[in-house]
Amino acid sequence: MDYFIELLFSGLTRGSIYALIALGYTMVYGIIGLINFAHGEIYMIGAFTAFIVATVLSIYGYPLLAIVIIAGVAAVVWSSAYGYTIEKIAYQPLRHAPRLSPLISAIGMSIFLQNYVLLAQTSDFLPFPTLISDFDFMEPVAHIVGSTDLVILVTTVIVMVLLTLVIKFTKIGKAMRATAQDRTMATLVGINVNNVISATFIVGSSLAAIGGLLIASHIGQINFYIGFIAGIKAFTAAVLGGIGSIPGAVLGSLVLGLTESFATGYVSSDYEDVFAFSLLVMILIFKPSGLLGKATNQKV
Amino acid sequence: MKFNLSGKLLSTTACVLFTLSAPALSVAADTIKFGVAGPHSGDLASYGLPSVNAAKLVIDKVNANGGINGKKIEMLVEDDVCKPEISTNTATKLVSDGVDVVLGHICSGATIAAMPIYKESGILVMSPSATSDELTLSGNYPNFFRTIAPNAAQSPAMIDFAINKLGLSKIAIIHDKGDYGKPLAEGAKKYVENTGKGKVVLFEGITPGAMDYSAIVQKIKQSGAEVIVFGGYHPEASKIITIMKKKRLKTKFVSDDGVKDDTFIKVAGNAAEGVYAAGPQDNSTNPMATEAKEAHKTAFSSDPGAFFEGAYAATVVMLNAIEKADSTKLEDLKKVLQSEKVATPVGDINFDKNGDAIGVGFSMYVVENGKYVVVK
Repeated sequence: MDYFIELLFSGLTRGSIYALIALGYTMVYGIIGLINFAHGEIYMIGAFTAFIVATVLSIYGYPLLAIVIIAGVAAVVWSSAYGYTIEKIAYQPLRHAPRLSPLISAIGMSIFLQNYVLLAQTSDFLPFPTLISDFDFMEPVAHIVGSTDLVILVTTVIVMVLLTLVIKFTKIGKAMRATAQDRTMATLVGINVNNVISATFIVGSSLAAIGGLLIASHIGQINFYIGFIAGIKAFTAAVLGGIGSIPGAVLGSLVLGLTESFATGYVSSDYEDVFAFSLLVMILIFKPSGLLGKATNQKV
Repeated sequence: MKFNLSGKLLSTTACVLFTLSAPALSVAADTIKFGVAGPHSGDLASYGLPSVNAAKLVIDKVNANGGINGKKIEMLVEDDVCKPEISTNTATKLVSDGVDVVLGHICSGATIAAMPIYKESGILVMSPSATSDELTLSGNYPNFFRTIAPNAAQSPAMIDFAINKLGLSKIAIIHDKGDYGKPLAEGAKKYVENTGKGKVVLFEGITPGAMDYSAIVQKIKQSGAEVIVFGGYHPEASKIITIMKKKRLKTKFVSDDGVKDDTFIKVAGNAAEGVYAAGPQDNSTNPMATEAKEAHKTAFSSDPGAFFEGAYAATVVMLNAIEKADSTKLEDLKKVLQSEKVATPVGDINFDKNGDAIGVGFSMYVVENGKYVVVK
């Protein structure tokens, strides 16, 4: 039974991280119908920003909590700036181009950012400082659920609740939903669509930055390539849950994380990815729009 | 008219002179082209750059003494980032540049991909680090030599260490599904089964680059293993070790020379303490090794990295073979390599008929206070 619980938590932790990244994919897709392939790189930049800030602050001997907060805020701000700029440079000029053009532009941005970090930073793996220290009260169960797992789970839940509140009850949230439903109509009722799209990118990037900080302190290392695999997995999760749907992205991520964890635990880690992607194929065969995606008819 | 003629004469003379001078120029520029291939960028650059430095040190020394049989040696350095799909391009580039011998490649997978290209052109290749059995034992690559012992020797070394030295018998064998790690793990498994002393309680491959290895760490714990034998490279090893520490799992960790790298210690930090890794045999008592290390410190003001001694040795034996054979033809070089013992930083070596160095083996190292030290 212990083993089952261990695998369950390992899957939930993994799923939570996927969810933080998958939300960015799904929100952007929901609003402008674009798969933002550069999103994994935003996650990576978030992790690097946190790494640099945390390293500098620990040299000055700041207390750990202050380091976590400052590094987290810096990562969020910096990643958001990147997300905002990418949208302005690479996607906005292509708003009325055929759908394939922004997609290629997104892949280009992804390759550009990876190589930029490779050149500006390093190709080596870097040791990420331990930002989340081990809590004493977790010690008896540390072999099942680590302190970082706990922090990841709690943070993810808080972020999800906040996001839901923002989207349901604030003005910008309403504007986002309106833009997602019908961009032209939203413009007609006086919504500044460009601002709404920018806001979406900023929110998505912030979530990815938080994910970057959390997973980097969980596994203790980063390099310029981490965004690629994380991005692919989170994108899979978003599609699994129904791309464009926010609860769908969360559900898809958890399903994917748990599948991988249990496949490793009870079958073999050789087939971890085989199980994950077979699941994706099966779900898409029976529910082509994903678990919670709405089957929409093409508007004519 | 007169003017015209002289103009023609001048241009003709110039043409003749130019044609004549061309071969003369190429004779003067005749050099021995020494290729160096391996990862010089990317996340495994720390494996490849030391061999560039080693080759440079040896070649500079030889060139300063007038070269080999009157010919200077020219270094051609090409990056393969340890990727098989890129190493074929690297090899093609070197071959089309007219390379005579190649030091490299570094990673087994990249080497295997590149070998057919060198084989076709009859070029001698010598690696300081590619340990895949296929390269020598399959007999497919008669032009391949190496100054490191093959995996076939490394797996027994790791298992013998775990069973005899550490006295542990329940073994979990984990690998990264790659060309390097998987055969190593399979060899280890076979060795355990053949000797019948220990028991393999878990045999699994992991996905390199995955975000999180918690599930596999839980599985290792569940299997009741006393020791993990890992076949693969340091990025995965350091992730597993970090998660193991988080999960309070104190199983011993024995790994291969892909993990015996200072980057592993840097990244894994405290968690790396007590990790065992096989590595090229300890040469600290060999005066030539000390001398090579000192030369590196003087030239690059840093300590040499992984596979430096092997690369230094490979450069020395290849240049020696070229000198003795007075040729760069594969058959002539092979004769010298197989018959004559040469003093190198890894000992006095020659090569068997497969291309493996005779007299080179593995030592076991352990991380102590942030450094790899030989297990006595």
